[in-house]
Amino acid sequence: MKKITGAEAILRSLKEEGVDTIFGYPGGAIMPIYDKMHKEDCSIKHILVRHEQGAAHAAQAYAQVTGKPGICFATSGPGATNLLTGITNANLDSIPTVFITAQVPSHLLGSDAFQETDMVSLSMPVTKWNYQVTKAEEIPEAIAKAFHFATTGRPGPVLLDITKDAQLNTLDYRYKKIKSIRSYNPVPKLKEDDLNEAVKMIKESRKPMLLAGHGILLSHGEKELLAFMEKTHIPTAVTLLGKSAIPEDNPWYVGMLGMHGNYAPNILTNEADLIIAAGMRFDDRVTGDLKRYAVKAKIIHVDIDEAELNKNVQADLPVNADIREFFKAITPRLNYKAGGEWLDEFEKLYKTEYEKVIQPECYPENGKIRSGEAIKMLSDKTKGEAIVVTDVGQNQMFAARYYDFKNPNSLITSGGLGTMGFGLPAAMGAQVGAPDKTVVLFAGDGGFQMTFQELGTIFQYNLPVKMMVLNNNFLGMVRQWQDLFMDKRYAETNMPTPDFPKLAGAFGIESHVVTSRENLETAIEDMLNSEGPYLLEVKIEKEANVFPMIYPGSAVDEIVLE
Amino acid sequence: MKEMYTITAFSENHIGLLNRITIIFTRRHINIESLTVSSSEMKGVHRFTIVIEEEEALVKKVVKQISKLPEVLRAAYYQNDEIVYREIALYKISIESAIEKNLEHLLREYNARMVDIQKDFVIIEKTGHVEDTEKLYDILRHFGILQFVRSGRISISKQKKELSSYLSELPINEYVKA
Repeated sequence: MKKITGAEAILRSLKEEGVDTIFGYPGGAIMPIYDKMHKEDCSIKHILVRHEQGAAHAAQAYAQVTGKPGICFATSGPGATNLLTGITNANLDSIPTVFITAQVPSHLLGSDAFQETDMVSLSMPVTKWNYQVTKAEEIPEAIAKAFHFATTGRPGPVLLDITKDAQLNTLDYRYKKIKSIRSYNPVPKLKEDDLNEAVKMIKESRKPMLLAGHGILLSHGEKELLAFMEKTHIPTAVTLLGKSAIPEDNPWYVGMLGMHGNYAPNILTNEADLIIAAGMRFDDRVTGDLKRYAVKAKIIHVDIDEAELNKNVQADLPVNADIREFFKAITPRLNYKAGGEWLDEFEKLYKTEYEKVIQPECYPENGKIRSGEAIKMLSDKTKGEAIVVTDVGQNQMFAARYYDFKNPNSLITSGGLGTMGFGLPAAMGAQVGAPDKTVVLFAGDGGFQMTFQELGTIFQYNLPVKMMVLNNNFLGMVRQWQDLFMDKRYAETNMPTPDFPKLAGAFGIESHVVTSRENLETAIEDMLNSEGPYLLEVKIEKEANVFPMIYPGSAVDEIVLE
Repeated sequence: MKEMYTITAFSENHIGLLNRITIIFTRRHINIESLTVSSSEMKGVHRFTIVIEEEEALVKKVVKQISKLPEVLRAAYYQNDEIVYREIALYKISIESAIEKNLEHLLREYNARMVDIQKDFVIIEKTGHVEDTEKLYDILRHFGILQFVRSGRISISKQKKELSSYLSELPINEYVKA
């Protein structure tokens, strides 16, 4: 058998796992891998980012739009630590990602060598699994395990820290994918008793409600969910990360849950007599005050991760199963339809929300441009077919609320971690993963400034990302809280912004600024019709707030419209 | 109500797992009363015995989060009456005071034993519950204790089919080369 180096083994193993794209940044300790990648016969595409955090967010977005794990390379020390925000983001949102960091030679470990960081310890709380490779011969097994853990069960980020000598030394290379590991049971078996009990509980319910989370998308269970809704007519709401699992014109779709979700599903959570929580984890942004959450409902909680069951909300029937399998099995057994009057209650509350909030936000007649109207207009112009990437804050909530999502995995957003600066690099990764799709970024002026060095990457690879920067010269969401809860003491939330078009211009990126309503439509059309990357700065109302809102500490049914 | 719980976990013998497990406690601000890690009867499998004082609802969540770790084989928790548990304590006493007072009588009374005798000191060993080793400590204190050390808890459950019995049914995890 021909011996190859560890670096070659890494690249070959990645290819065995179907990797064709890597986001990364070179440096001292990882040079052997980059050297092998530079050889002509390496078919893996490498996207050179401008900061490792950008690589991490891009890899996660790539994973979300392609359904394949996202891969990142970074060197030891600062290269590796720069990944941490992105790893944490992927961890909280359960995105399959494989991070490969280089490490100083093994004989220097623990000696505070140049660019040495204990990356395994640092990433331990924020990875599903991690491992330090110190010998070349460990590489195939470590990579096989990494992919197995990252992609199965509840997915998540894994990290391999590979010493420089392991990259340089040789090994007898053989690769075999891992099918199972004795300590790891990624897909729990759906139990017959649980199914029967769930059927019984559904049949007995008069006001059932389904809460669909990210698990639907992660298990590719959208069709099974839609079949269940079709058969049972149960009103179904989504979490932020569950958005795009259901086309928004579905007759039983009743909107988004949570702090800035829709009025009806939040209020009626406390009227429902049965809640089926499907692949969601009752995040505090969804539940509000837990003591006054789902007060009249029995709860069926289905999740692939047993640790989520009874973690935040006590379930009457906790079901540890893959959500797709659950719907597949239960739908044929059900002969049940929820009553139309129950759905009418949602409709009635939606009308109130429409009149008080949606209509004035999306179709205002005077004042400055509002975020909602820009997003709604973009939604109409793209017919809900774009991949929408958001930053974090008001822009994110407006985008989730007013873009009419049609296709699964078409909203890429930072849910659990709420990472400002996520948007631009994620949009870049989404575009790399879906080169033929329209990728639109909604970012605020604050978040955009956190990672805008990635304009360099967008320019280098001519990624046709459409960037809409909603500029109110404020950290809008924090300002909103200061407005509502701190007597308008705007501590450090007002910030001057650079000339965004000039900034884009420095990278050779086309751009435009729009300040008035009558020019908005043309500006959006011009952006969408452009061939390459495009930055559209929209000067929006300075002190607009996102409503409805469940105030911190309030119950879901105390949601306010203004 | 907070009570004493003993958590037992079996894991693969991999570097870093101890850290991964303790993080689950520290991030919830739970103090670990005692922690014992050692190899189990099965090669390559480690056994963790962790004692905490918490409410059962929280203990359940923690145990699930331990079980969830990809390299943990099994985890469970027990109350004190569901297990037989022991710890070991060692006491170093100066030889003068050991001769002076009636040490032999004391050792018999407390079911302790002398495990080493040197020119200047003797070492006494006592196994039992915390209360037992503490009681002996209080008595020996009057002898002048030169050194004292106590181990963490080890335990075995009273259930007929204990967690570890399933270890023998474990397949061997091998990265089979193609």
